[in-house]
This record gives sequence, structure tokens and C-alpha cells, in this order.
Amino acid sequence: MAELSKNDEPQDATPNVSEVDVVEARSEDEAVTRIEAPVERGEPILQVRDLVKHFPLTQGILFKRQIGAVKAVDGVSFDLHQGETLGIVGESGCGKSTVAKLLMNLERATAGEIFYKGQDITKLSGRALKAVRRNIQMVFQDPYTSLNPRMTVGDIIGEPFDIHPEVAPKGDRRRRVQELLDVVGLNPEYINRYPHQFSGGQRQRIGIARGLALNPEIIICDEPVSALDVSVQAQVINLMERLQDEFNLSYIFIAHDLSIVRHISDRVGVMYLGRIAEIGTDEQIYDHPTHPYTQALLSAVPVPDPDAREQRERIILTGDVPSPANPPSGCRFRTRCWKAQDKCSQEVPLLAVPERFKTSDAPAAHESACHFAEEKDVVHAA
Amino acid sequence: MTTIEEVVPVPSPGEGGADGTPLLEVRDLHVEFHTREGLVRAVNGVNYSVDAGETLAVLGESGSGKSVTAQAVMGILDMPPAQIPQGEILFRGHDMLKMTGEERRAIRGRRIAMIFQDALSSLNPVLSVGYQLGEMFRVHQGLSKKDAKVKAIELMEKVKIPAAAARVNDYPHQFSGGMRQRIMIAMALALEPDLIIADEPTTALDVTVQAQVMDLLAELQREYNMGLILITHDLGVVADVADKIAVMYAGRIVERAPVHELYKRPAHPYTRGLLDSIPRLDQKGQELYAIKGLPPNLLRVPTGCAFNPRCPKAQDVCRTEVPELLPVTEQDGTELVGRASACHFWKETIHG
Amino acid sequence: MPDVTKTVPEAAAEEAAVAAAGGPLPETKPEKSRSLWGDAWADLRRSWIFIVSSVLILILMLITFFPGWFTGVDPVLGDLSKHYLQKPRLGDVGAPDWLGYDQQGRSVYARVIYGTRASVAVGFGTTIVVTLIGGLVGMIAGYFGGAMDAVLSRLTDVFFGIPFLLGTMVVLNSFTNRTAWVVIGALGFFGWTQIARVMRGAVITTKQADYVQAAKALGASTPRIMFRHILPNTLAPVIVVATISLGVYIGAEATLSFLGLGLNGVSWGNDISDGGAQIRVAQWIMLYPSIMLSITVLAFIMLGEAVRNALDPKMR
Repeated sequence: MAELSKNDEPQDATPNVSEVDVVEARSEDEAVTRIEAPVERGEPILQVRDLVKHFPLTQGILFKRQIGAVKAVDGVSFDLHQGETLGIVGESGCGKSTVAKLLMNLERATAGEIFYKGQDITKLSGRALKAVRRNIQMVFQDPYTSLNPRMTVGDIIGEPFDIHPEVAPKGDRRRRVQELLDVVGLNPEYINRYPHQFSGGQRQRIGIARGLALNPEIIICDEPVSALDVSVQAQVINLMERLQDEFNLSYIFIAHDLSIVRHISDRVGVMYLGRIAEIGTDEQIYDHPTHPYTQALLSAVPVPDPDAREQRERIILTGDVPSPANPPSGCRFRTRCWKAQDKCSQEVPLLAVPERFKTSDAPAAHESACHFAEEKDVVHAA
Repeated sequence: MTTIEEVVPVPSPGEGGADGTPLLEVRDLHVEFHTREGLVRAVNGVNYSVDAGETLAVLGESGSGKSVTAQAVMGILDMPPAQIPQGEILFRGHDMLKMTGEERRAIRGRRIAMIFQDALSSLNPVLSVGYQLGEMFRVHQGLSKKDAKVKAIELMEKVKIPAAAARVNDYPHQFSGGMRQRIMIAMALALEPDLIIADEPTTALDVTVQAQVMDLLAELQREYNMGLILITHDLGVVADVADKIAVMYAGRIVERAPVHELYKRPAHPYTRGLLDSIPRLDQKGQELYAIKGLPPNLLRVPTGCAFNPRCPKAQDVCRTEVPELLPVTEQDGTELVGRASACHFWKETIHG
Repeated sequence: MPDVTKTVPEAAAEEAAVAAAGGPLPETKPEKSRSLWGDAWADLRRSWIFIVSSVLILILMLITFFPGWFTGVDPVLGDLSKHYLQKPRLGDVGAPDWLGYDQQGRSVYARVIYGTRASVAVGFGTTIVVTLIGGLVGMIAGYFGGAMDAVLSRLTDVFFGIPFLLGTMVVLNSFTNRTAWVVIGALGFFGWTQIARVMRGAVITTKQADYVQAAKALGASTPRIMFRHILPNTLAPVIVVATISLGVYIGAEATLSFLGLGLNGVSWGNDISDGGAQIRVAQWIMLYPSIMLSITVLAFIMLGEAVRNALDPKMR
């Protein structure tokens, strides 16, 4: 347990996440004005720094005492640029869904900052927080539980207008809702129907329409297609890509399906046990991965090509993901890594461009949290 | 899961196999459900067969009838509401639908075993894993408690559970998802069945664990020369392990083909659409091809070919006539072994 | 087919059109808007248990509000010339002597009719009080959790631990003029725990639903989340419990009256109590109020059962 204290230190901010231009708003008005101000395409819109979320483990009913913590997210930093899609992949329990909840302010961060246009949203309240909420929306995984079964589709999509009445005047709402239904490819006449009258794919479209209602700038998608049938997944993915162009949206796309993430993302971050293992453009991650976990993950994905099955090299990891309540010291992946050495159990590898690639501008020169990072193309290997 | 009957005489392994009778053959199977909204025809005349050592993948989306077919084979459908109005399920040439309950139970678990998607709910939470594995041997082979435990440890080692001897007394919730799925496989294997039906065995697992479990399953299948029916919606998993594939849509098989053939030259527009609509890991790709529309509601299956409202090739004939599953040939008329398509325009689809 | 806006690219428009048509099905008759309540209602109408119980309850309601329609006799008017030696004349349906007379020469039939009001008033009144108190406590405990939940749940346990009838008897014993309000208050004071527990459980389950998270993410206020998202989705089990307990409270009122601690005035329980003393000479004095009581309690329990079947989400 002695190593744990060292392990608890969050990862250092890496040079490649850009400097945060912190805005100290003197008044609520100023804060709101800043939040409403547009951001140039390609500029950072959301900057996450050293985000930590520990869920306390308690014992006892009346007098609770903490006996430990589940380190769901343990020092995550990344930038989201305006107009791009940042994919976050990882296996169950890696903390990717907790990141989504933290970004949505549905959970309180234990430590760390989330800067939206330079303001730390974990510290905002009142009108400023409401303005942020309007601009960051979410699409949920399960279309069967994310819509209130007792409300009509019109009420579900119109609810954002009830909460933020300044966006649409009362008389205009019905028309706006019908427009939104149309935009996501549903019949506007369905406005009075209830969620259970729709199939999974249609429900997910309703969820997307609700997310679009307030003209947000960022949409956080937590496994938006994993509950859908294969033939319907493609429809929803295409819809989301179309909407991104049409409404100038930035996406954070969280999923476990690596193929879909590659398809939709401009940049991809790979998470393992609460930390980012590797982050870079889709080409850097998929074609030039340098972190062993990314390589193993990619090589394990079944490829829909029977001819490849004899030729592909498979890295089959042994064992299971350790419990986030008691993660390994040093590098969290070391217990399953074939490259692990003593150094890996002692030193936490920083998420940075590995020393050997520092000077090169090859695709392998991207941030990877491994002491022994080395490029290995596992996807195309024949 | 753990109620196991005493040994009853069953068709011996040698019987039937010699003259080319398949291990399992499903003939013209129909399954219906009576719901309060009406009659649901979940399976509509399905034919398939598996031989020893062979892997048949049944591919389909939700509502295609792939799982219901398997449950009918296994004899674990709740009847009512389900009904089997028509069809035969031949195990080594014997129709299981005509057998008595006792004869069927003797086959279930001993000759045909099943692996489910959700391992946690398939294992009894209040009994230790070793006890549940050992029960197989105690009941079927009359082993003593001690010997059964030794066998259970052997099985756990077989499915590569680390420290098997130390963990034999652990309970299901103490194992991770991947390990529980291994325990399920161990249970299915305990009596060395001739056929394993795996219903989405890796869907609930993470990719890295999924690969481990599929590898294990394939390895054990080779070792015991078992038949395997793999039910899944994942085209990637199918490509990795299947020998032949049956694609199901709205309760019917719409295409049948050996695995390499299917991916190279699909002969049904639905199969083609599915293959085109999955994003690739090894390239970025443009806009995804999307099969338009939604899977059919089984209460109101479209007339003619069930796929016609979503099909880019649909003509008037598709809206009126149900296409039969017919053999597919090369352009010059030579037969393509093991291939069939239920499309009026299969020629255009495969050759066009 | 929808009128697809011009901004949508054509390929997407086609996709949209198909999806919008509710899938590939050639829908002959457009599916109407069907709420879950509507579905439950459609189920209820087909259930014979529901029909029988609601017809019974309807009749009870008519008797409660318009007792004059059923008998022209004053239930408290005693005519000693017709005391309990006058047996029922079962052929005279609806006449004052149909069900005989009691020891003070009052028409048993008229008393049964007028006694309905007391039972139904106490039943409904108590159910409303119990649902309001229990619903509120359960909602607050379930929604806010933490210390609030700990305090309210323990409070619920304390009240749950008090024997229901004993508690009400102790309270009612201290009142000399026991009006319907007093009885309702006493029953409600000790009876709210079951609803509170049901409500708390339902709220905790619903609170975790994604649509509640979605509303929070939109910045919805706490009352909005409580009343628009959580309450409608927790109502079903509460309605079931409330309907069934309505019958139970009617029974409880009769029990209290039987023990001499119920309402002052005409009520089935009082008559059953009085009739008990005469059971060897004039069984009808006790028999007919008892039959009415049983039918009433049964009707509400059957209604609750039917509602449970219609609302049970596992059935759909």
C-alpha cells in the first residue's frame, strides 16, 4: 500500500495540451457574456485539466466511515477544439462514462478543472452555470431509459425550452419542436406520441433532438449507438455527422467500439483504469499506436474479413482489468503488459510524446503514457 | 440451471453419424408467440444443419429469430406463450420434438449444451462455482463429492482460470465477467457434449476479454471435435471463427454461405448492406452506407420479401412474392457449394 | 411523409423519410398517440375483475351520495312496535322491512344504506391523508437521500412499529365526540408508513433513470425533476397500494366502531357491534351490515388487484 501515495499524484499537465487562457469574470454578467461569445473553429473550447473523481467506499449504516475509494477518474487532461470530434475509448470500468458525467456537471469532481472558454465550470453557479448547461448537451447510451415514458415526444424535446425560456418564446415552441423532429429524420406529426411507440433507433433520434434543442456548442455522446442494431447504427452515425456540419458542433464521443470511434473522430484518447494511456489523431492512434494497451486493444478487435483471421497478429492480454479501488502502482497497465519491467511498477509514466520521438514529426510522435513506447502497426499487419 | 436428471439412455454418439446424417439438423422450423397484441411469427421455416467439428454462425439483428431458434433446439422455450406448429429438430437423425420430456432432458446438457450471454444470471449465486461444476459429475456420473471437486478443478484449469484450486470454493460474484463466462463454458463442457450452442457469448465482454474467450472456445471445440452454433450480431466475431453462416431476417434465413464466400460476394442485399454499413478499423472511410428504415415489427411483417421496404433493389415482385431460399450458382451455372439466397434478384446481387 | 426541409441533403432526406414513416411498414391506419396510462386503461377495460369491482363501487357511491334514492325511511327513527322481533321479509325488496328491524325498531335496511356513507367517507378520507403524508415523506426521503433519508426512514420505522389498530384506539379513546374527521385523522396518523416506504423505493429507482439525469443536465430545477419526471413514474405502485388499503381502512373503521371507538352515528361497525348482542334472537341485525362491509372491502381490493395487473411494467 506504500506505493499508493505516490500513485495518487495526478499526472502532470503535458506540453501538448495548450495553455489555458483563464478568464476571471468579475460579475455574473461578464461570465455569461464570455460563455455566449463564439469560439473560432479549431480553437480550444473545452479544456480539461487533471480531472479526478474518487467515489468513497464506506462502511457502516448510521456512522459511515471511509475505508477507501474507487479511483474512477484519476488525473485526466485533454483539450476539445471547436468543430472537432474527440473520441474516448476504453473498456468497462476505465472511467470514460464518469468523465462524461463530470463534464456535464452531473457529478462533482474530486479535483481538477474543466475550463469552458476559459472559465472553470466546476466553480460556476447561478446564471453562468445555466448558460454553460445550455451550451453543453448530452446524448445517452440507452434510448430505452433516457426518455421519460410518461411524457410525449413533444414534451420531451420541448422541455429544454421550458427550462431555458429565453431560447424560444412560448408561442414558437411547437414549431421549433417539429423542426427538430424533422432535422433528426422523424415525422413532425409524431409530436404527441409516447417513447414506447418508437423503436430503439427512433428513440435515439429523439434523444439527439432533445440535445440539439438549445443550439449547444458541445454534445457529449456516451455510447450513443451501442444499444442499437447494426443496420440502425450506421443511420445514427451518419445523422450525427450531418448535424455536426450543419450546426457547427463539437463532439466528445465515448464508446467501446473502436471501429465506430475511428470513423467519427478527429482525435482519439484511449483510457485505462481512470487515466489516458494514449491520445492523438485517429491516424496516429490506429495506424501508429505506441502504447502497448492501445496495441492490444486494436489487435483484439474482430475484423469483418475472414481472410485476415489466419494472418493477423493477435495480442491476447492475460487476466482482467484490476479493480479501480486498488489500482497497481506505477503504470496501471503493467499487470497485463508484456513489456513491464521494474521501472513500470515504480514510476508513473507521464502522458507525453515519448523521448525517442520528441524530435521527429512522424505519426508516432504523439502523447503516450508508456516508459517503453514503441510503434507497432497491429491493424494492417499481415 | 442446476437441476440435472438421472442418466437416461440417449442415442449413442456413434449412431446416425456414419451415413452422413448431420449432427443437428433443423427442418422447416416455425415458432409462434401468442401475445396480447396478436400472433408473432418469430421463426418462419428455418433450415440449418451442423456437423461435428463445424462452426455455424447464425447472424441477425434483434427480432430476427436467431435466439428463438436456438432456444427451440435446446428445448428451453416457454410454451406457452411459444408454440411450435411445424418443423423438425433432428439430433443425429432423431426428431427431438417427438421425444418425451425425459428423452429430451437426457440430451440437454449431456449431448447439447448452451452458453448464454449473461453468465452472472445463469449461475446460481448461493452455490460455489466448484459445487455447481461438480454437480454435473455427481448427478450424471455418480462421483463422490471429493472426486467431483477434483474434476471441477480440472475443468477450471481447462478453461484457463488462474489458481483454479484456490478459487474452486469462490462464488460467482467473486469472478470477473470474463472469468464467469469461462465458468459457463466449463459447465457446458463438463459432460463433453457433441454440440454447443453459444448465444452472444461475448457480447457483454470487453474487446480484450472477448478475444480470450472466443479463442478458448475455438480451441476446446477443436479438441473435443464438437459442433458449435454461434449466435451473434457481430460480423467481426463471425469472420473470426465461423465455418459457415446463416443470415436471418424477420424469422427467415435469407442467405447461407461458407464464411469466406459470404464476405467476398454476398448474395442477398441485406447481407451486402450489413457488410457495407460497418465502419472499418483499418481505414477512415467516407460516409457510412446505411440500410434505410428499421427492422420490421414482427406483428406486421411486410408482404412479400420482409426486407423489401429497406431494399435498394426492390421491385414489384418483392412486394408480393416471398422469395424462397434457393441455391446460388456461378454465372456459368456451376453450383456454389453450400450457398443459398432468398432474394428474387440474387443473380444481380452476387454477380452484378 | 414529412415535409423535409431544404437544408437536409438528399440522401439523408430519403433516409429520414423512411425512418419517419415509422419504419418500412406500409402503415394502413396511423398509430395513435398511446400513453402508458392509456394502455393501462385499455387493459383495465378488458378485465372482468375491474368491471365487477367498479360496478360495485359505483353503486356504493350512489348509496353514499344519494341514500334517499334507496330508502325513504329515516335510519334513526325507532318505532318500538316494530322492534327486533320483526323478521326480515326478503320478498319486499327495498321496503323498510326488507331486512327486518333492530332492537329499537329501526329499519335494518335503512341503517345499512345510511351506514355506507360513514364507511366510504372514512375509507376515502384516510386514503387521501395517507397518500399525501406517505407520498411526501417517501418522496423527500428518496429524492434527497443522505441524512434526510436516514431521519425520515427511521421515523417511518418508528411509526411502522406501532400496532396500527392499537395506536388508533388509544388516540380515539381520548375523544368523546368522534366525527369522521377525527377517525380519519387517527387512522391517517398511523397508516402512512406503507405508502412512504413504497414511494421511497420507487423514487430511488426512478432517480437513477437516464431521463432524470438528462433533465438535470439541462439544468432543470428540483421541483421540476420531482413533479414532472419522478412523480409520474412512481405513481403506479402508490395507486395500487392506496386502492387496496382503501378497503382495509373501511374494515378498520368498522372494527373501531365494533369496539365502540368509531364514529358516533350510523355506521356498519356500530350496527355489527349492537347486533352481536342479539345474535341468538335476531341474526339479521348483524348479518346485513356485515355482508355490505365484506362486499365493499372486497370491491376495493379487487379494484386494486386489477389496477396492479394493468400498471405492472413487467407485464408490458
